[in-house]
Amino acid sequence: MITDIDIAIIGAGPAGCNAALIAAEYNLSVVMLDEQASPGGQVWREKSRAILNAPRTPESVAGGLIRNAISQSNVSHLGGVRVWHIERSEDAFVIHYENAGVSCFLNCRSLVIATGAREYVQPIPGWTLPGVLGMAAATSIFKQDLIPIGSKMVVSGTGPLVFFVAAEQQRLGGKISAVVTSNTFLDWMKALPAMLFRPRLLFRGLRWIIALYVNRIPVYWGHTVTRVEGKSSVSRVEFKKIRKDWTPQGEPKFIDCDCVSMGSGLIPAFEPFQLVGISLEHNSDLGGWVPKQELDGRTNVDGCFICGDGAGIRGSLAAETHGKLAGLSAVAFLGAKISHPIEKLRREHAKATSFGEAMSKLSIPRPGLTKLTTAQTVVCRCEGVTRAEIEEEISLGAQSTISVKSGVRAGMGLCGGKFCQTAITDLIAKAKSCPVNEIVPPTARPPLRPVSVNTLAGDFNYSDLPISKPAPL
Amino acid sequence: MFQLAPNHEDDIVRTAKVNFTFDGKSLLAHEGESLAAALMRAKQLHISDAPADGAPRGLFCCMGLCQECVVQVDGKTIESCRLQVSQGLHVSSLRR
Repeated sequence: MITDIDIAIIGAGPAGCNAALIAAEYNLSVVMLDEQASPGGQVWREKSRAILNAPRTPESVAGGLIRNAISQSNVSHLGGVRVWHIERSEDAFVIHYENAGVSCFLNCRSLVIATGAREYVQPIPGWTLPGVLGMAAATSIFKQDLIPIGSKMVVSGTGPLVFFVAAEQQRLGGKISAVVTSNTFLDWMKALPAMLFRPRLLFRGLRWIIALYVNRIPVYWGHTVTRVEGKSSVSRVEFKKIRKDWTPQGEPKFIDCDCVSMGSGLIPAFEPFQLVGISLEHNSDLGGWVPKQELDGRTNVDGCFICGDGAGIRGSLAAETHGKLAGLSAVAFLGAKISHPIEKLRREHAKATSFGEAMSKLSIPRPGLTKLTTAQTVVCRCEGVTRAEIEEEISLGAQSTISVKSGVRAGMGLCGGKFCQTAITDLIAKAKSCPVNEIVPPTARPPLRPVSVNTLAGDFNYSDLPISKPAPL
Repeated sequence: MFQLAPNHEDDIVRTAKVNFTFDGKSLLAHEGESLAAALMRAKQLHISDAPADGAPRGLFCCMGLCQECVVQVDGKTIESCRLQVSQGLHVSSLRR
């Protein structure tokens, strides 16, 4: 394996793939590293080997096209590897990754980070029960394994994903007990102008919603699931109407179910940016902490470019154009003359962004949603830390997620704080009565993903370790 | 014909089923599907116990981040959403 290359791209979703494809047209060595075996990312996730034939979907078609393009290009695709650390040397970036239990590295002159997003799920009582999973989580099971989840599912959340999950669950032969969405019909009407530019997507969305009514599946607009009940798995959910700021109010209602798919929008996976030294800023409209960015994916770190949802949630259409622009920025950084029409790409990107941002706006949690997290709700799933414990630590003086982590271990677990730090930041801001953007962002530390000590240690003989002679007595 | 909400369940062709074990229980899965999906089909939702209070946990993020669906295979810890089932796979949960 060659370890010195021109451009490394981390992430093989719509952004990473497009960055890689365009950069590879300039006679440069391009390596694209990705956690999944096949390119596609979460949105165009490849079907598992167990699926021999299945009806096509817009996602499977788009994914198939990009996988085909990658395999016919000069891009070296390193699939099924996990990047766990990125370092900067004098004139290169060093990417440490795990490949089949072995820790490897490569040096690149330019780096494109296209690591996408993860889901935000507002902690509520019972959300740790088996049978509760994210909405993005459900879609990855649907796309990869093509099976429905549970026998009676409740979908609860924000934005367009709610209806996609409900539609896919039914398409794969599963049942939906109810759809509970924080958005109102009016919220959707307000997003209509932006959606008119994407008539096919608008039509698809409308079809999902009409199908729910035709199949007589209850749809609760302006509601949210407030509690999940069950002993060792889900048996029913409690839900309530919400006010305009999404504060739950009124009488609780109940639905029997055996699984719940819930989510409150996406948040950029900002950890890789921090490792390279890109500063973060808070932008609620883009999903929370986002890297500071300049035109065409440029950052404050020379040679490092960013694109896709990781740079702010704007959706997969914008990720494609952003990926192309960031790929070209990396090429230009290495001194090649750009032959692609950048101005045209920028216009396409602006158009895609306006659609993506309208969808993001529907998904982003409003302040009242934080009230779902009761005092006894587990906020940090890994370490089992409740809101009350975190608030006590804040009242004792913890001003950042880092100090909450050192105090009560919230964010110290195996997920690396990826599923609790947003909620903890909200709690600190609330206690200090200040906007969230005044709270210091969490500090990412390697490893980005769990790596076993065995992998890190690699192959060596203890006898080869240099041990200096003890000092004479 | 145009269908508003098609059901594709019967149009999906899968590989043959293979045997695997989960905590000694013999279960069936389509060869090559993710262990997460196989466990879901077998209604084995309780995959691990929370480190702090031992509360039951299952599949949550399905993208290799949350670490709640981790199991052990051949002494190695791996997320069930990132593991493919093969004939004779022996899986132990981290339940206590």
